[in-house]
Amino acid sequence: MIRYILGLGLIVSAATAHAAENITTFSLDNGMEAIVIEDNRAPVVVHMVWYKVGSADEPEGKSGIAHYLEHLMFKATDTLEDGEFSRTVTENGGTDNAFTSLDYTGYFQRVAADRLELMMQMEADRMVNLNLDEDDIASERSVVIEERNQRTDSSPGGVFNEQMRAAQFLNHRYGVPIIGWRHEIEELGLADAEAFYEQHYGPNNAILVVAGDVDPAEVERLAQIHYGGIAPNPNVVERARPAEPPQLSERRMIYRDARVAQPYIVRSYLAPERNAGDQREAAALQLLANILGGSGATSVLGEALEFEQQKAVYTTAYYTSKSLDPSTFSLLAVPVPGVGLQEIEDLMDAEIAKFLEEGVDEAQLERIKAQWRASYIYALDDVGAIARRYGTALTQGLTVEDVAEWPEIIQSITGEEIVAAAERVFDRSNAVTGWLDRPLEEVSQ
Amino acid sequence: MIWRATAFVVAFASPAAAIDIQEITSPGGITAWLVEEPSIPFTALELRFEGGASLDPDGKRGVTNLMMGLLEEGAGDMDARAFAEARESIAARYEFGAYDDTITVGAQFLTENRDESVALLREALLNPRFDQDAIDRVRGQVESGIRSDLKDPDEISSTKFFDLAFGDHPYGTSLEGTLESIATITADDLEAARRAALAKDQLFVGAVGDITAEELGILLDELLGELEQSGPEVPPKIDFGLEGGITVVNFEGPQSTALFGHEGMERDDPDYFAAFILMEILGGGGVESRLGFEVREERGLTYSIASFLVPKDLSTMVLGRVRSSNETIAEAIEVTRAEWAKIAESGVTAEELERTQKYLTGAYPLRFDGNGTIANILAGMQQSDLGLDYINTRNANINAVTLEEINRVAAELLDADDLHFVVVGEPEGLTSTN
Repeated sequence: MIRYILGLGLIVSAATAHAAENITTFSLDNGMEAIVIEDNRAPVVVHMVWYKVGSADEPEGKSGIAHYLEHLMFKATDTLEDGEFSRTVTENGGTDNAFTSLDYTGYFQRVAADRLELMMQMEADRMVNLNLDEDDIASERSVVIEERNQRTDSSPGGVFNEQMRAAQFLNHRYGVPIIGWRHEIEELGLADAEAFYEQHYGPNNAILVVAGDVDPAEVERLAQIHYGGIAPNPNVVERARPAEPPQLSERRMIYRDARVAQPYIVRSYLAPERNAGDQREAAALQLLANILGGSGATSVLGEALEFEQQKAVYTTAYYTSKSLDPSTFSLLAVPVPGVGLQEIEDLMDAEIAKFLEEGVDEAQLERIKAQWRASYIYALDDVGAIARRYGTALTQGLTVEDVAEWPEIIQSITGEEIVAAAERVFDRSNAVTGWLDRPLEEVSQ
Repeated sequence: MIWRATAFVVAFASPAAAIDIQEITSPGGITAWLVEEPSIPFTALELRFEGGASLDPDGKRGVTNLMMGLLEEGAGDMDARAFAEARESIAARYEFGAYDDTITVGAQFLTENRDESVALLREALLNPRFDQDAIDRVRGQVESGIRSDLKDPDEISSTKFFDLAFGDHPYGTSLEGTLESIATITADDLEAARRAALAKDQLFVGAVGDITAEELGILLDELLGELEQSGPEVPPKIDFGLEGGITVVNFEGPQSTALFGHEGMERDDPDYFAAFILMEILGGGGVESRLGFEVREERGLTYSIASFLVPKDLSTMVLGRVRSSNETIAEAIEVTRAEWAKIAESGVTAEELERTQKYLTGAYPLRFDGNGTIANILAGMQQSDLGLDYINTRNANINAVTLEEINRVAAELLDADDLHFVVVGEPEGLTSTN
């Protein structure tokens, strides 16, 4: 068991010296890793199991199977009836849910701290004892299709985003939507779910995160009892996804939809992600996103396009720093009525060019760093969010040490490093530029 | 200095938890509920003012919402950018929200920056500038939202439903206003809306964090002492004015969304606890609820269905929402109606009641988790006139509800024939009634 007191001594003052995350880690012989985050203010615990498998690990033609299996994990096991898992959580006053992403699948419960063992017992059970039958399959597949209808197909922005990602990745499964393509979801069956489960679920592909009013030694003891006895899954292999070839050609796309009320432009660039022991480039890109689009009033794009020129209703920049494989850095601008998408794109590019020439405003960078320092103090109020920070890191190739070092790395990045990272990432041959717009006949009216 | 603090220790039977709520009155006479929690060096402050967007004057629908959006867009000697830079430098967080019955001001600030954070927030609340360029810019953002709502199926259904239910009453229109109504709003209108909305006799305060009772009293006087003493009368109460039936609004897409409901129950009704448990059994979010089980789990007709009590200050409703493919929405509505009729007629089972009481009483203490969350709860409790004792008695009140009582309430409250569904999409086999 390794205990970390991650002193957030970032704000130099006596008042904040006692603010710290209380982190303990251990691992089980079967390969399961665990992180415990102590917060004794309320008698609550968040119990999470994260699997190092996501939609980007799906076999070709089976898109959506990772997420579909996540739904099916609430069905019967050898010892629990269909629905009994959630019913038991509810009867104990708790809430539970699950989530699927490109790189991970996670299951969690939030319960009174004295119910932790029951949660572990049930979560350990469904790690290996899921017992699906044909009855579960059809109705839950309809639920997933309704979820896709709701999240993606009822929203032109959802469809547009899906099309953009498909254009961004030429070879990597990051180009396939997490929820799956509709025609492939419709064909998913029991055998697909079972095969995916048998391939990827097991203690040696899982990370336990327990956060709240707990004693780390007791958590380890309970984890040994409930998870420790599960044999490693020999089918689990190190993830190695198909890499992107060199991207040599800029892609441009227009998606038109009668439901679009507010046209906008998005530009996404392929971008490096945080890697274990190697996070400086990602930290520079993170700060670049804050500088360009972090706040309407004070960011580069907001100040120029929303305030000075009044050409945009909204602008932003966003970057996904945590990702197992290369990620994206994006710019977005929503023009005011009367300003076209080409015009706003040109204005946006002009501001980026100007920024690359003029460099970073040091006062702005210092304000952004002050907010980063403070964000770790505020974050101590939400132990669930800290749990997610570690869960997302450890399923995406990072270590506890990387997470611990990240705040200091952010503080140490210079304006020159940010401009250099910007020059590398803003390569149009890696980029997809998308316009979300109304149908042509409406535009001409 | 005269200030008084009354300490209440609120303890839960199980699991063991205690939060120590103090009711304080500042030297200037502002009352607040406080939980001292010094372990993290910041404070969460939640201010709620009753009245909200329902105070919009005739012809100025949207003014309260726009005003709240402009409070941090320039104040005192700072324009919008200077204000943002000042806030960023001290890493304070402010949130301004407008709702039908309430406006909210949330603030989180580090202990080391407390004085600057309060002074800056004070400028926003007392001396906002409402500069014309800021008005135009933020109005543009609101207009963009209004235009988006016109093409968002969920928003279309809400707009139609509340228009049919409440007509010309403020509840009948969106608090964002319309493109026409917000076009006429001036800086004077915004200042008048600020004075109306931010008055001390409408105020409820919750505070949690690294601050003492004495410090909070001084802070509140500094921050709020110079606000108006009282605001205008709120509009009259209004009955829910929509009869049972179906209204279809055509909108292109693969799925239809339905907002449904009928008249509800007042928050201070003696049967409220029974009704609350009843709605959890019928339409609480999970697949254990009757609607979740029958519509989602058994038939796969939806990803999400829920229904709940909506006790607003000036009217009451029971509302629900379900989304289903155009081919299946009619069936989803039919099942919803059937479950509604069944529970009104036959009530709930003893097992359902007990299970739900166990859930609600077990979940209640888990809500008190985090400074920001607790500050919100404290302000909300005062606004609902629940009293400090509520936390101690709430679970006993839940457990005191009997099967006979809840089933009487089910019969009185729920009526499938009264349900009106506003369906937006291209639903098959559904047409508007009358």
